[in-house]
Amino acid sequence: MAGSTLRFSLLLAAAFAGRATALWPWPQYIQTSELRYTIFPHSFQFQYHLSSAAQVGCSVLDEAFQRYRDLLFGSVALRFSHPIEKRHTSEKNSLMVLVVTPGCDQFPSLGSVENYTLTINDEQCLLLSETVWGALRGLETFSQLIWRSPEGTFYVNKTDIEDFPRFPHRGLLLDTSRHYLPLASILDTLDVMAYNKFNVFHWHLVDDSSFPYESFTFPDLTKKGSYNPATHIYTAQDVKEVIEYARLRGIRVLAEFDTPGHTLSWGPGVPGLLTPCYSGSHPSGTFGPVNPILNNTYEFMSTFFLEISTVFPDFYLHLGGDEVDFTCWKSNPDIQAFMKKKGFGDDFKKLESFYIQTLLDIVSAYGKGYVVWQEVFDNKVKVRPDTIIQVWREEIPVKYVKEMALVTRAGFRALLSAPWYLNHITYGPDWKEIYLVEPLAFEGSPEQKALVIGGEACMWGEYVDSTNLVPRLWPRAGAVAERLWSNKMVSNLDFAFKRLSHFRCELLRRGVQAQPLSVGYCDMEFEQT
Amino acid sequence: MEQRGLGMLRLSGLLAALGMLVVQAALGMQRERTTPLSYWRDLNLWPLPLSVKTTPRLLYLSPGNFFFGHSPTSKAGPSCAVLQEAFRRYYDYIFGFYKWPLGSDKVPSAMELQKLEVSVIMNPQCDSFPNITSDESYNLLVKGPVAKLTANRVWGVLRGLETFSQLIYQDSYGTFIANESNIVDSPRFPHRGILIDTSRHFLPVKTILKTLDAMAFNKFNVLHWHIVDDQSFPYQSITFPELSNKGSYSLSHVYTPNDVRTVIEYARLRGIRILPEFDSPGHTASWGKGQKDVLTPCYHAREPSGTFGPINPILNSTYSFLSQLFKEISAVFPDEFIHLGGDEVNFGCWESNLAVQHFMRNKGFGKKIEKLESFYMQRVLDMISAMNKRSIVWQEVYDDEGKLTQGTVVQIWKMGNLRMKLSNITAAGFPVIISAPWYLDVISYGQDWRHYYSVEPLNFEGTREQKQLVIGGEACLWGEYVDATNLTPRLWPRASAVGERLWSPPEVTDLDDAYRRLTRHRCRMVKRGIAAQPLFTGYCDHEGRM
Repeated sequence: MAGSTLRFSLLLAAAFAGRATALWPWPQYIQTSELRYTIFPHSFQFQYHLSSAAQVGCSVLDEAFQRYRDLLFGSVALRFSHPIEKRHTSEKNSLMVLVVTPGCDQFPSLGSVENYTLTINDEQCLLLSETVWGALRGLETFSQLIWRSPEGTFYVNKTDIEDFPRFPHRGLLLDTSRHYLPLASILDTLDVMAYNKFNVFHWHLVDDSSFPYESFTFPDLTKKGSYNPATHIYTAQDVKEVIEYARLRGIRVLAEFDTPGHTLSWGPGVPGLLTPCYSGSHPSGTFGPVNPILNNTYEFMSTFFLEISTVFPDFYLHLGGDEVDFTCWKSNPDIQAFMKKKGFGDDFKKLESFYIQTLLDIVSAYGKGYVVWQEVFDNKVKVRPDTIIQVWREEIPVKYVKEMALVTRAGFRALLSAPWYLNHITYGPDWKEIYLVEPLAFEGSPEQKALVIGGEACMWGEYVDSTNLVPRLWPRAGAVAERLWSNKMVSNLDFAFKRLSHFRCELLRRGVQAQPLSVGYCDMEFEQT
Repeated sequence: MEQRGLGMLRLSGLLAALGMLVVQAALGMQRERTTPLSYWRDLNLWPLPLSVKTTPRLLYLSPGNFFFGHSPTSKAGPSCAVLQEAFRRYYDYIFGFYKWPLGSDKVPSAMELQKLEVSVIMNPQCDSFPNITSDESYNLLVKGPVAKLTANRVWGVLRGLETFSQLIYQDSYGTFIANESNIVDSPRFPHRGILIDTSRHFLPVKTILKTLDAMAFNKFNVLHWHIVDDQSFPYQSITFPELSNKGSYSLSHVYTPNDVRTVIEYARLRGIRILPEFDSPGHTASWGKGQKDVLTPCYHAREPSGTFGPINPILNSTYSFLSQLFKEISAVFPDEFIHLGGDEVNFGCWESNLAVQHFMRNKGFGKKIEKLESFYMQRVLDMISAMNKRSIVWQEVYDDEGKLTQGTVVQIWKMGNLRMKLSNITAAGFPVIISAPWYLDVISYGQDWRHYYSVEPLNFEGTREQKQLVIGGEACLWGEYVDATNLTPRLWPRASAVGERLWSPPEVTDLDDAYRRLTRHRCRMVKRGIAAQPLFTGYCDHEGRM
């Protein structure tokens, strides 16, 4: 560790000099120099190294080569450009990609290795990685290393990079229930996630407000629960497209079907699923959380989650479990009777536990792992030891830093989101606060810290739809991305500001409507269509 | 009736204050306000008109059998570009992509609305620019087969067309429908502005034009163009091209004379004034790059420190430069008003400068540096008067006791002592524009539009005459954190709240009704291609990707 610290700080200093200041997130180890190589768009190629386990026909990399070619050179590549440069700068006409382990058709997972090394010197221009996922990360870095002189010539500097993520779960949550997000908004977001080396798309598909996920087992869920069953839904085809689009970018899709609270939109499509609330001795006509006392409920959940487990290939499902409102349960006489029978007394947390445990058993039986919101832990639900707990509450019941300590002390793996609710907006450069969060800044043993698998930036949808999603998300989510990818010591705000400003201009150049960090300009501004 | 009467009174009071001719409107309007609330519930009008009478009787419109036309008695005809362009625009807004079914099902003609007949009563002002006294009132009588829109001037017709387009909706079969209605409308305040800042970030012309579209949907009538500031000087001056050559962010981040003309004409066609602001003596760092000696050299320990402060107010060369620059500006921008800024002058640099100290002594200003500011502003104000233009200044110019030329408009932007300031400035007889509660660049989580909406501009101590001096307000979207990527969703529909406050009668304050109407209005803006952000959870029928 000491050795790497020294090396790291040396490299930080070096980076200020060269074009490497454009990198976001910052790599673990980088050495770069002023020596540069010319790149000619018309002749430049991404190529598989002869000894690479991945070769032509590898969908993930074939498509990535095409994407990065377009991103880098766009239409320029088609035009013939004369090598006007003095000949003393040498030329790089290919990036050789060498993947060690075969496998192009699988899905990325929590255990995927994303390490890569980039070596650009007189002898070679090589991207070496254990897996295709690492190659994707390396291609992104390579694309950020290439720069253009005012005359329009492309260059890459002599550079050595060894890179790997600090945390394996680097997620972004989108909420498609409070507002529907068109498929294209989701796909575009996946692109920008890849630019930021995010690797988990946490898809909060449904909630109280609407049920846009079109279930083939229970089509009435969307028919009756979506904002508009013709236009505001995700068909099976849409979902497949999202999953494949994400896979090609090394991004997992973590689907969330939040229960037993946050389920109002489920009600119209599944009569009897929700708890009827009572006013005095009569049903009030309103409904509360999922009704946890009926066998029908669990039969429904069994069938429904069988579908979900099949549709979403990721090992993990997110089962929600947050913010269950007990007042409706309390008001219902059948539930009161059930509580008595089970000996729960007045403790509705026990009822919640009962529901969640039954649900977890169902999902486990389908061979899935699960993530839940912190309430499940706070309310002492007995969960499997490999459950992942997502910490989202900033202050209550305890400060999130304390909660991280508690969760990991109990031996659970933890995901941090509390300080990264990007739907909360304030005046000014709030990315700095987001950036300065240190996920491991809690009291705990090294074993506890090792249980923190990462974090997620959350963009809840109450005030967000496709009109404002992109500028609200980028580049603010970029601050989270670097915190989760880069070395802990990469925390200098000035250094980050320079790179992030540069990166947001690069996002504009790539067509992403990323908002400004401060006053200033980009060479290529966002143009309204 | 009384709202209407008050409105006219306000306007005349203002005009008197500005020393202008009052053209009395000659509209024969029914002046009742008898709209039953139950009908409003189905209306999606924004901002709410002065008086709306509507009935449950439905009129059907067929895209192939509806058109806008001029009444034979109208003073305006097909040669009036403002109207012809507006007819085409509003046809598109109303029927969108559904133009093609030309021979649709016949409905009884009594139930069909086939035409909106427009009648302009007075000299229509087709080729004029709108100004502070422009008459925007109109009457709209919607019944079959011909609806009638009557106004004194084209400006009222534009407002009426917007209202007409908002009355039409589609039923679940896609048929275009309007309720029979009778609307009498005129604005509460004559100055209803949006401020954009093209110095902190450059805004492409397209973005400005989009903003003008959205402004028209909300009946705003002034684009306050804070065109230059410390950070950059994108205005390409003909007289001093070096200002933008050296002071813009880059040579592609400039507004050419042609760009400026495009913006002005686009705005004119929508009844919107362009109010240019060239803020000085502070906020001028970018001027110094292209104009030698215009800024004050700051001193440190009796030596020039190499940094520069506000415009140098003690040199004759400064005033001859400004006089030429403002001469150009007053020719380029047709509006009667020029905004001269005058806010946040950093006195530290002036105080450090030996020559300035000397000048202060000579003039007998003592240690009162505000007197130097006044001296400067007075020179500039006189310059503007001599060009037959009127000035608007930020409140500091009044606060620092400058001798303000009568008729100078003071724009209030500080929240501190807002009501007292309003009382004082109007008591001194100066017209006022309110912006303090409407800094939309300051964002927060949730429904902040409710705060903007609940502001009552005349809620201060003062006589009736004083209140008449409040000519309106502006929603300001400063550019430190705003550029073309986020301007539209940040501005709309939050600015719409200000739009209604400045247009509708003071008693239109019901937040629930406003929420209902504004939600639909924002969907209407989205449908028209404005990426207005949501007020809260929900959806729009038409929400393509923006």
